Amino acid sequence: MGMTIAEKILADHSEREEVKPGEIVMAKLDFVFGNDVTMPLAIKKFRELGVKRVFDRERIAIVLDHFTPNKDIKSAEQCKSSREFAKEMGIKWFFEGGSVGVEHCLLPELGLVLPGDLIIGADSHTCTYGALGAFATGVGSTDLAVAMATGEAWFRVPETMKFIYEGELQPYVTGKDLILHTIGDIGVNGALYKVMEFSGSVIEELSVEQRMTMSNMAIEAGAKTGIIEPDKKTLDYVKERAKRKFKVYKSDEDAKYYKVIEYDVTNWEPVVAFPHLPENTVPISKAAKMNIKIDQVFIGSCTNGRIEDLRMAAEILEGQKVAKWVRLIVIPCSPTVYWKALKEGLIEIFLEAGAVIGPPTCGPCLGGHMGVLASGERAVSTTNRNFVGRMGHPKSEVYLANPYVAAASAVLGRIASPEEVVK
Amino acid sequence: MRVRGRAWKYGDNIDTDVIIPARYLNTSDPKELAKHVLEDLDPEFRSKMKPGDIIVAGENFGCGSSREHAPLAIKAAGVSCVIAKSFARIFYRNAINIGLPILEAPQAVDRIETGDELEVDFSSGEIRNLTKGEVYRANPFPDFIMEIIKAGGLVEWAKRRLKG
Repeated sequence: MGMTIAEKILADHSEREEVKPGEIVMAKLDFVFGNDVTMPLAIKKFRELGVKRVFDRERIAIVLDHFTPNKDIKSAEQCKSSREFAKEMGIKWFFEGGSVGVEHCLLPELGLVLPGDLIIGADSHTCTYGALGAFATGVGSTDLAVAMATGEAWFRVPETMKFIYEGELQPYVTGKDLILHTIGDIGVNGALYKVMEFSGSVIEELSVEQRMTMSNMAIEAGAKTGIIEPDKKTLDYVKERAKRKFKVYKSDEDAKYYKVIEYDVTNWEPVVAFPHLPENTVPISKAAKMNIKIDQVFIGSCTNGRIEDLRMAAEILEGQKVAKWVRLIVIPCSPTVYWKALKEGLIEIFLEAGAVIGPPTCGPCLGGHMGVLASGERAVSTTNRNFVGRMGHPKSEVYLANPYVAAASAVLGRIASPEEVVK
Repeated sequence: MRVRGRAWKYGDNIDTDVIIPARYLNTSDPKELAKHVLEDLDPEFRSKMKPGDIIVAGENFGCGSSREHAPLAIKAAGVSCVIAKSFARIFYRNAINIGLPILEAPQAVDRIETGDELEVDFSSGEIRNLTKGEVYRANPFPDFIMEIIKAGGLVEWAKRRLKG
């Protein structure tokens, strides 16, 4: 019987001919990693295991991207313990300071995560690499610890839900809107422990970066991962970066799906996810009429901090000024993206508009460091979560949107449609 | 193993950000984390709960981040068990891995109210509501996951495997 791409990857990595949803397999991992929040706990657990060495020093990354540059003494201690562990174990891929970027932007950009890989990361947005045709999923620190020691993890083979996107994308409608629409449709547990497989002519037309935005938010529907079959675009993206060999998997024609959902995107518009769940989606034409005043806009993160996202924002912000009483924070998601944005003149556009540029880290996304919201404040953010207190005070509010909408909202000081700014 | 405690009932989609907000993630010390457990959902929970109490919630408990700090904070606060209609999968794995007892029991969640006195028997999956005089059953765990639970968590389980 046919298998989906996700099933094929799990089967190959557990040395089986075939796997079926519901089965539990022990599988070999191609790459594992953690960050400054999850790594210290993983190191503690790794020590408890009593092993002396990591399974492979070239297949582990440590990315200090959450509370860096160190926000306080405790964070500095967490980074220090991660750094010392990296030195002791001889871990090859260690990123901080000028080499750091948001992990899910950095690792694909450097060709460390590849099509066909089985990857776990101690960060929930590890599902991002599904956009390259990998089976990638977030785990906690204990799973990471055991994986660093053994190079293995157990998986319950998930069922796959297939999403087919057809029709024509309208101006200012992006990968972010496709995924927000989808989460709005199926709900935040609509794909609980399922694989979301994205396909259709609209996905084929999307850039690899926008595909990553979609896969990034699969977890926001409860999914194990969000996967896209590699095509020429994927291979073009990967070939010049790949640090290892990789294998391309595709779903069989007769693969069995838990559910198939088809969308015609032709009438879709940009959407905004209102507080406090990513499923609370409102079309921009409606949201823009509600006169929702805002205090802060954040453009960045593992969802929307790549060069294409910054180009979208710059397209709206060129020659414009950020509204009075609004703070616009722009964070390129990696050093390479920062360089590109500088060379392309995007940073200049942002600065002239009155934005503040942050170093390539997670920034305000998780409300722990930089750009934290006060009680009653509202932010439009290109990130992935708008839970209670996500970006600061439990009485603050986060509205999720694409970079065009975020930029337009910064200019008008309220939730706004890009068309209101670009006329 | 049996535990007994009062129920604290919450709704659907209780996310890891409200279980333990990111502003406290500059430490992984369970005692520190426990001080802030559920702070952004129910600021009174920490001061009013007693060791052994049980969290009861709807669908998708623990959705969001992969932070193991969430089940750690719950466990270190002295919560004996979490009963939910369903769990977000990373939270589910993390709870099993660190030895925080969790049970999926949709029918029980519908019936239980805050303050009900519960007795949970993990070996049989039986949940007794002593206040209401009712008995519910939790969904059984797959054998493999039972193995990890019985070992006392993933670290102990992996240690045996590494020796084996």
